[in-house]
Amino acid sequence: MLGQNLLLLLAVLPFLGAILAVTMPVGARNAEVLLAGGVMVAGLLGLAPLAGEVADGGVVARSIEWAPSLGLDMTLRLDGFSWLMLLLVYGIGLMVVIYARYYLSPDDPVPRFYGFLLAFAGAMAGMLMAGNIILMVVFWELTSLFSFLLIGYWHQNGAAREGARTALIVTGAGGLCLLMAMVLLGHAAGSYHLDDVLRAGDRVRAHPWYGWILGLFLIGAFTKSAQFPFHFWLPNAMAAPTPVSAYLHSATMVKAGVFLLVRFSPVLGGTSAWFWVVAGTGMATLLLGAVIATWRNDLKGLLAYSTISHLGLITALAGMGSGGAIVAAIFHIMNHAVFKASLFMAAGIIDHETGTRDMRRLSGLRHSMPRTAALAIVAAAAMAGVPLLNGFLSKEMFFAEAADWHNGTWLDNALPYIATLASVFSVAYSLRFIVSVFFGPPATDLPKEPHEPPTWMRRPVELLVAIVLLVGLWPAAMIGTVLHGGVLAVLGESTPYYSLALWHGFNVALMMSLTALVLGTAVYFVMAPRLSRANEAPGILSRIRGQQIFDRLMLAVTRRWPAQLYRILGSPRLQVQLRLIVLLSLGATAATLWGFAGLVPREWLQSFDATFALLWMAGIACAIGAAVQAKYHRFAALALLGGAGLVTAMTFAWLSAPDLAVTQILVEIMTTVLLLLGLRWLPKRLQEIPGDARLPARRRRAIDLVIASICGAGVAAIAFAVMTVPPGPTIGDWFRRNAYAEGGGTNAVNVILVDFRAFDTLGEITVLGIVALTCYALLRRFRPAPESVALPSQQTFNELPPLNCPREREAEREPTRHDLMMLIPSVIMQWMFPLTVALAMYLFLRGHDLPGGGFAGGVGFAIGLLLQYLATDVRFVESRITILPVRWIGLGLVIAVGTGMGSFLFGYPFMTAHAQYVTLPLIGQVPAATALIFDLGVFATVVGATVLIQIAIAHQSLRSARLRARESADGADAREEREHRQEEQQQQQEGV
Amino acid sequence: MELTLSLGIGVLVASGVWLALRPRTFQVIVGLALLSYGVNLFIFAMGRLVTGAAPIMPKGGFVNPERYADPVPQALVLTAIVISFATTALFMVVIMASRGLTGTDHVDGKERSS
Repeated sequence: MLGQNLLLLLAVLPFLGAILAVTMPVGARNAEVLLAGGVMVAGLLGLAPLAGEVADGGVVARSIEWAPSLGLDMTLRLDGFSWLMLLLVYGIGLMVVIYARYYLSPDDPVPRFYGFLLAFAGAMAGMLMAGNIILMVVFWELTSLFSFLLIGYWHQNGAAREGARTALIVTGAGGLCLLMAMVLLGHAAGSYHLDDVLRAGDRVRAHPWYGWILGLFLIGAFTKSAQFPFHFWLPNAMAAPTPVSAYLHSATMVKAGVFLLVRFSPVLGGTSAWFWVVAGTGMATLLLGAVIATWRNDLKGLLAYSTISHLGLITALAGMGSGGAIVAAIFHIMNHAVFKASLFMAAGIIDHETGTRDMRRLSGLRHSMPRTAALAIVAAAAMAGVPLLNGFLSKEMFFAEAADWHNGTWLDNALPYIATLASVFSVAYSLRFIVSVFFGPPATDLPKEPHEPPTWMRRPVELLVAIVLLVGLWPAAMIGTVLHGGVLAVLGESTPYYSLALWHGFNVALMMSLTALVLGTAVYFVMAPRLSRANEAPGILSRIRGQQIFDRLMLAVTRRWPAQLYRILGSPRLQVQLRLIVLLSLGATAATLWGFAGLVPREWLQSFDATFALLWMAGIACAIGAAVQAKYHRFAALALLGGAGLVTAMTFAWLSAPDLAVTQILVEIMTTVLLLLGLRWLPKRLQEIPGDARLPARRRRAIDLVIASICGAGVAAIAFAVMTVPPGPTIGDWFRRNAYAEGGGTNAVNVILVDFRAFDTLGEITVLGIVALTCYALLRRFRPAPESVALPSQQTFNELPPLNCPREREAEREPTRHDLMMLIPSVIMQWMFPLTVALAMYLFLRGHDLPGGGFAGGVGFAIGLLLQYLATDVRFVESRITILPVRWIGLGLVIAVGTGMGSFLFGYPFMTAHAQYVTLPLIGQVPAATALIFDLGVFATVVGATVLIQIAIAHQSLRSARLRARESADGADAREEREHRQEEQQQQQEGV
Repeated sequence: MELTLSLGIGVLVASGVWLALRPRTFQVIVGLALLSYGVNLFIFAMGRLVTGAAPIMPKGGFVNPERYADPVPQALVLTAIVISFATTALFMVVIMASRGLTGTDHVDGKERSS
């Protein structure tokens, strides 16, 4: 149990630390280091007690259900291999945290750095411990994301932004491939649990999808581990602060790819495809990386290509796949992490203390910084594979495996030669690192006077170099148990015998090592004078740049191809685009339903009602009339549209949907008023539009008429076919049976809305609120077209009283145009106000049992308010009623969500409703379901949203009144400023 | 009844689509309104047509679902009606703003040059 809780701690603690870290003040460097270091130490302490449990191939797991029906759960699982990787994550993490304290300048915002670093550690830990392969990909992508953020830490630097972007695109795309691979793999293996997948190797390899799974999986692993041809992101990522390079881009994150290769080699490996692709890519990367590294002038560039090369080595081992190769791969993952992290830190120290990383300028640093020099020389020697250091041991294993027989193909036979050749270059670049930086005459033109770094900046390097030495001298004692646990976790029963001894006698591997050391030294001293003059890469390689190819590809994908596609298909004209959409959906529907037997109607005339037919003749006439008149006779079209809406409402009433009928009628009123308000701001269309009667316009109309007729006929045919087929059992049966029993209401429609499917309704009213706020926001900066500013002719018969007269005088002012224009209607409308409100409340309250409810009630209430605006004018209404529609919306949503959350208090899931009846004096039995409170939220939101929209449009008249006033005046600056202030006051009144 | 309604739906949809493809903003907004009537009726019709069987359930006792109209399409359409009002409103505001900015009521924001 303790072990399982520790797993959770290991995965969650870094994230908690990250959240804490980002909340600290910008300059709190020491506090940040204490926090981050504390998290890393806690991680190490958490790992310690688990060592025993995983040492003999044991597994600690903890599972939290997430979406069990989909086979998804949050399983954390720790075995020897992930334990060993976690040791690197937390151990090197601790070193990096300390180192970065001295590396970062006081101007750098440390909370962001440590926050990202901790979050990365958490993502890495999660990836390593994920017991579900989908969860693994989630954390995998998180590591890419934090890597992106950390590379771009100095975002004022263009190279950092570029490098971060490249890294994110390459590793992110790889991650997507990996996701696909994992989905397929889980399907092929029959489970998404890592343990099951690891056992299903034979099944997966025999599966027809094996090729796809392997290909996508390898793209994911290769991009992350910077394998050829995806390696180019890693050198660009060197724009990151050096602690990041040491941690992410040499010790941990880039190891994720090879971790995955090793972990899944029992499942996907063992085939000849695996050998060719993985070993081939690994060897190519090993050689290419080593060669290019020799030519790099930048210290970090050299180390980056060296890292690529070493990752290639590990990949090649995973590709060989034999037991010994896996042992060597795991061993080299650890060794490389240790010596490469220390080398990066040493390079950072050199950069920090001299101001440059260019090996052509650096020289003779052993005089000014002897300790750092000694440390870096030991670490670089380990990189070269010099005996008595840890790098030598795993490289020997690699040589032994390369020389061993695998499948007898030419690649297999070439392995030892490629391995030796690559090692020659790795000796050469290590020598270059040592000789050009630390030996020779002291450099004179450095930006800074070199000297030793602060003691604690060197301590992490010292510790890591000590490990390099200790592991190199006494491998079995130092690391034997940990390595064995890791190997057992991967290979299980088939773990081979291996020996970690320093001396295996004069064998092939030793000969290869010695050859590489001798030849490498010779190559360096022969080539040295020429290296610094070459263009960072030998011969033809200097001209092929992965980055350039990538940039061209990105340019093509994001600019050129879309532009070409746009030239073929695109149009700036909305009509053309809409026609394309309509045709596409028509085609898609036709293709789906073509020849579908279920759509053959059973009876042609099931029932016929002459009155109903007559009703629809009117409806059809209205619809066609609206279509014809919408261009030149907009008011008529609006009236006809209302007619069609009315017929729709009557149809609902006729066909047993009273709720719909009520809502439709009410919304119809709102829509008509809305369009009327809007029409005020659109041009009058009484005269012919130029070119309207000409042939092109006629042809367009004819084509659209054909398209529209096909659409209409198709929809009619589908509707008819469905309606004449009996429904059979539907989900509606359950709702009908349980509306009262479960929802406590007899109106099944309302019970569905506010109880069974209340979550959907919550979404819908949220949309409504958003739309209303959007309308309001859009209109804040509304400027009417110049010709719409003038007062409509209907209003100009009367002399206009000054609109901006003070409020207190409003009551005793002269009769306004409204009073004169619509005196009788306005009196009726004012008197109707209480009645409308009462009707709305009635509709709302009875909703749960009878037709009505929050939607209908809300719209009704809004109509009541709107009528007041129509009856008098804006100022009159707003001086008497304070309507704050935005608050209505907010209150409604709060009520709805609050009701939903109320069920938490009683231990039920979100939105669980409770229903009962209470007896009130005088009124009698009243349904008191919590759903009613939810419906109140719906009601308030609907009122707020509809009122806000309508008022926002209505207020535009005030605006244009001000515009008119401004035009008549000379438009002096002072006046304009006052207008502006007024406008802002107005906006405040309208809104909050 | 089925035939009548499906014809009605067809005409509403056809008029709506035709108007949506027209160049003037007001035509498009009327078209969308007609289209939403058609689509709402279509969804509603998926619950089949019955008369005099509003889905108001008895309080308790055995419920025979076949005696009442299907409430599911009705619930769907009820929210759809309100949402289509909201989208119509949003569109109205957009075309008002577009008209103010561009000085034309053509959907492209400028008159066709040809």
